[in-house]
Amino acid sequence: MELTKEEEDALDGKQGETLALAYRTLVAIGEASGSDKLIPIEWAHLSGVNYNTIGDAGRDFLSHLSQDAKFKVKTTVNPMGFDFDSVSRYNLDDKFIENQRSIKNSYEKMGAIPSYSCIPYEIFDVPKQGTHVSFAESNAAIYANSFSGLKTNKEGAFSALASALTGKSPCSDLRDDNVRKPSLTIRMKVESRDELTYGMLGYFAGKVAGSSVALSGVNDLDRRSCKSLCAGMGTSGACGMFTFGEEEGEKIDFDKNEMQKIHDELNTSESGDIITLGSPQLGLEEIGDLAAMLKGRSFKKRCMIFCPSAIKGQMRDLGYRKEIERAGGELLFDCCTCLSPLVDNKEVDSVTTNSVKGAYYLRTSNKVDVNLKNLKNIVEEETK
Amino acid sequence: MNVKVIVKGMAKGSILIAKNPLNFLGGIDKKTGIVHDKNHDLFGKSVGNKILAFPFGIGSSVGAYTIYSLKYNKCAPLAMICLKADLTTASGCAISNIPLVVANKNDYDSLQQDKEVVLDAVTGKIL
Repeated sequence: MELTKEEEDALDGKQGETLALAYRTLVAIGEASGSDKLIPIEWAHLSGVNYNTIGDAGRDFLSHLSQDAKFKVKTTVNPMGFDFDSVSRYNLDDKFIENQRSIKNSYEKMGAIPSYSCIPYEIFDVPKQGTHVSFAESNAAIYANSFSGLKTNKEGAFSALASALTGKSPCSDLRDDNVRKPSLTIRMKVESRDELTYGMLGYFAGKVAGSSVALSGVNDLDRRSCKSLCAGMGTSGACGMFTFGEEEGEKIDFDKNEMQKIHDELNTSESGDIITLGSPQLGLEEIGDLAAMLKGRSFKKRCMIFCPSAIKGQMRDLGYRKEIERAGGELLFDCCTCLSPLVDNKEVDSVTTNSVKGAYYLRTSNKVDVNLKNLKNIVEEETK
Repeated sequence: MNVKVIVKGMAKGSILIAKNPLNFLGGIDKKTGIVHDKNHDLFGKSVGNKILAFPFGIGSSVGAYTIYSLKYNKCAPLAMICLKADLTTASGCAISNIPLVVANKNDYDSLQQDKEVVLDAVTGKIL
């Protein structure tokens, strides 16, 4: 890699060990991914926040790093394992809480905006078209590339962290316009369209596509389906963006058979002991939709609903919170279905959700069975 | 032999070669550096203070933190030699300041178990 004099000095430790560490990380990742230089980025979004995902080693690393490190660009963070405001209502051991607090403190000490959200694209203003960012949360990276006009790779926890500390990223993969142009088209051939279908389309696309993929026959995406598509894609593979319409090159159909295969892989139960909504977290628009759907109805079983605390005030002021809580919905902030210790397999065997991403992690990490159902059917069948 | 430098540095020590890919998160005890994956060919051996050669890393990217813990607990390899630089190993070595190089297939296959070498991960040479 070609580095500027300033970057070379920082790499050699002339600006302290923290920047040396950050530049070592960028150069290592750049060399491993065939990049020839570093370029500036304006915004980093970090993963590796939930204690369940990074453990004691991650907690210790961040604690050491935060002793003198400061983020150089706007830095937002992924959800934690739980919501500090409501954690006392849950049966969670004190050690987990303390470890999570340490991680939270480390990130905030380094200057992170305490967003604790996997949908930064919904709660922050989006920079102008073509701006380079570093998003480690996969659904957010795909959303940023495909809908927000931003450029990012599907960053890892370390590349995004190093980008936050330096304001730079290796110029590889999806930062190159040639790589952004898809060479594979997936033709959407399934007739019934809802967020669950689109989540499965995304999951299928992630398995078969490289860095970028074209989707044809898709022209009716609402916000819920959009997010579901991005999250499904981010879960199953390395694909970091999509475009709409057919491209030259190979074409594959996503039809009923392919969808059934994905459904069979992810759906392992006919019903759920509890319901979870929100992977990715629900934004204000989806919370508003949900409140409207729940008018005059009540959940027959426990339903956990995950959202960012950035919308807490608005959802209260607009009356959404009151309506959802009246219907028995349990609102949780700053955390998410994925890898939440609040879904404990000692207490529940199976979970109903409309999230393909949630389904994957509930099964592989929380070790519970999953019943996949779209939101319309959840409200029709699981409320009275 | 000439190698591609991923993380700069210098090391001198004996080579420990693993035939199988390494899963840092699940396969190595971060307090001792001992490989505790029973199905791995290095089972029971310590990677500490060796120049560790393995094809590439597998498993969760959180494995990078395991590499950092090994360093913190003073049982990390002196340096690593891989066939392919995966992002977990690359970032793990970077945050832990452990020299990492990539060797081509022929050179990698010619590495000898327990041989004392000098790894120069500045100019990219193993002597």
